[in-house]
Amino acid sequence: MDLITPEVGLIFWQTIVFLILMIILAKFAWKPILGAVRTREDSINQALDSAEDARKEMQNLKADNEKALQEARAERDEILKEARELKQKMIAEAEGEAQQKADVIVSKAKESIEREKRAAMADIKNQVATLSVEIAEKVIGKELSTEEKQHQMIDKMLKEATLN
Amino acid sequence: MLKFSLGCFQIKIKSLPLQPNLEPIILSRTGTMTAHKSLKIIVTLTLTLALFPFKTFAIADTVEESKDEFNPTEMIMHHIGDSHGWHFFGEGEDSFTLPLPVILYTENGLVSFMSSAFHHDTEGKHVVEKDGMRFVNYHEDIYRLNAGAETVEFDEEHTPLNASKPWDFSITKNVAAMFLTVILMLIFFFGLATHHKKSEKAPAGFNNILETLVLFVRDEIARPQIGEKKYMKFMPFLLTVFFFIWITNLLGLLPGAANVTGNIAVTVSLGLFTLALILLNGNKDFWKHTLWMPGIPTFVKPILAVVELLGLMIKPIALMIRLFANITAGHIIILSLLALIFILESHGVAGISVPFALFITVLELLVAFLQAFIFTMLSALFIGAAVAEHEHH
Repeated sequence: MDLITPEVGLIFWQTIVFLILMIILAKFAWKPILGAVRTREDSINQALDSAEDARKEMQNLKADNEKALQEARAERDEILKEARELKQKMIAEAEGEAQQKADVIVSKAKESIEREKRAAMADIKNQVATLSVEIAEKVIGKELSTEEKQHQMIDKMLKEATLN
Repeated sequence: MLKFSLGCFQIKIKSLPLQPNLEPIILSRTGTMTAHKSLKIIVTLTLTLALFPFKTFAIADTVEESKDEFNPTEMIMHHIGDSHGWHFFGEGEDSFTLPLPVILYTENGLVSFMSSAFHHDTEGKHVVEKDGMRFVNYHEDIYRLNAGAETVEFDEEHTPLNASKPWDFSITKNVAAMFLTVILMLIFFFGLATHHKKSEKAPAGFNNILETLVLFVRDEIARPQIGEKKYMKFMPFLLTVFFFIWITNLLGLLPGAANVTGNIAVTVSLGLFTLALILLNGNKDFWKHTLWMPGIPTFVKPILAVVELLGLMIKPIALMIRLFANITAGHIIILSLLALIFILESHGVAGISVPFALFITVLELLVAFLQAFIFTMLSALFIGAAVAEHEHH
């Protein structure tokens, strides 16, 4: 058999055998194998995609949480601030009211003191007047006990009156 | 001295055909066939034809040698050639040879008998009588003797004078080895397919290796060369051809194994498959670019059509010669290195030639894969060019 002269018999067998082998393998081996590999690749890709999605979702969730936390914190700060302000206000109001009341009390007290004072003064005046009259009565009584003294007195008073 | 009584070859190759340089095959994958590419095809054709003189020289070199002397050419040609029985070891009647069926198509219909009927005779001396016809095995060619003839005789042009040559469809050593590859492939890939039917998970162990290789063919060969849209259609061919060539190449490296992929008939058949796929699947664009190239002056078009059609034929021819030449060359180198021991008749030579032959054998393991890869790759490339959708410009 020659090296570079193709044998018809061998070409025949090779062609038949190869063709049958290809058909059998294509139907019973390559198709299921490639199909399974494709399915597996698809499922792997799908798993990767869904993992990516889950990751993104988690990130979103985390961001949401962060945001909520931030909001809560801000709200708390706001509430605290408001409370502080309210407290300040209440204190201020209370102070004002107390002052006002104190003022009223003080003024009333002052008034009553004034009144008392005035009453006392009037009383004193009355008493002084009475006393004065009494003293005057007594002095006059004593001064005008004599005629001479009465005259003297009238003169004196007249002089004074002229001067005025 | 060891004797190799393996039947002398009339046709001999005196100088060993070192692997001819057939690599400059169109590797660029441009969509449009350019004149530049056609030039490459012509160069390839020239190189391809350069191989044929081997045959001429070989015939011119016919030397009749005494059978007692060791004839390396005979030994090598016997080892790389096909035969009707699968010889393992031993000589003559004591040899251990697996008999294989001989199937002949004669004018009187099909005739078949076992190769052991020739009793290891390849000199055309032992006549086998079957269905009233008489056959001899002369150098692994089977001749039907005419009435009265005892052995086949030839004239100067090697035409048998007293015999005719029936169509030989025997299960030869190469066909048997081919069956072995087929059985192995069926076991391997039915196993993998069974796994995939049972489980959706990735296979482990040997099946995993097979699947990796299947994916290698798909992702490194079919997808990039043919394209995402159409590659699935050609996967059965590419996968089958890749594993067939690779496994056959590896089996061919075993001692006593057949040189299947190093046989031109086998590679011719495989090349024809690629050609058939190109011809059957070539789209309108492909034929337009082949037969009536757009964008060039009209008077050039017929010339280019001839060149392109030649190129179309040369592609599979290059494929078949590359595989055949690479594998055969590897076998010849190993056998030549071992033959050196007997040519020089010195045990000392073994110290050099055996390690060197071992080195070449290891190299052949790589070549076994490489040639399977290249054949599949180029087939995919040619098919890809035939089915490519061109952008119109």
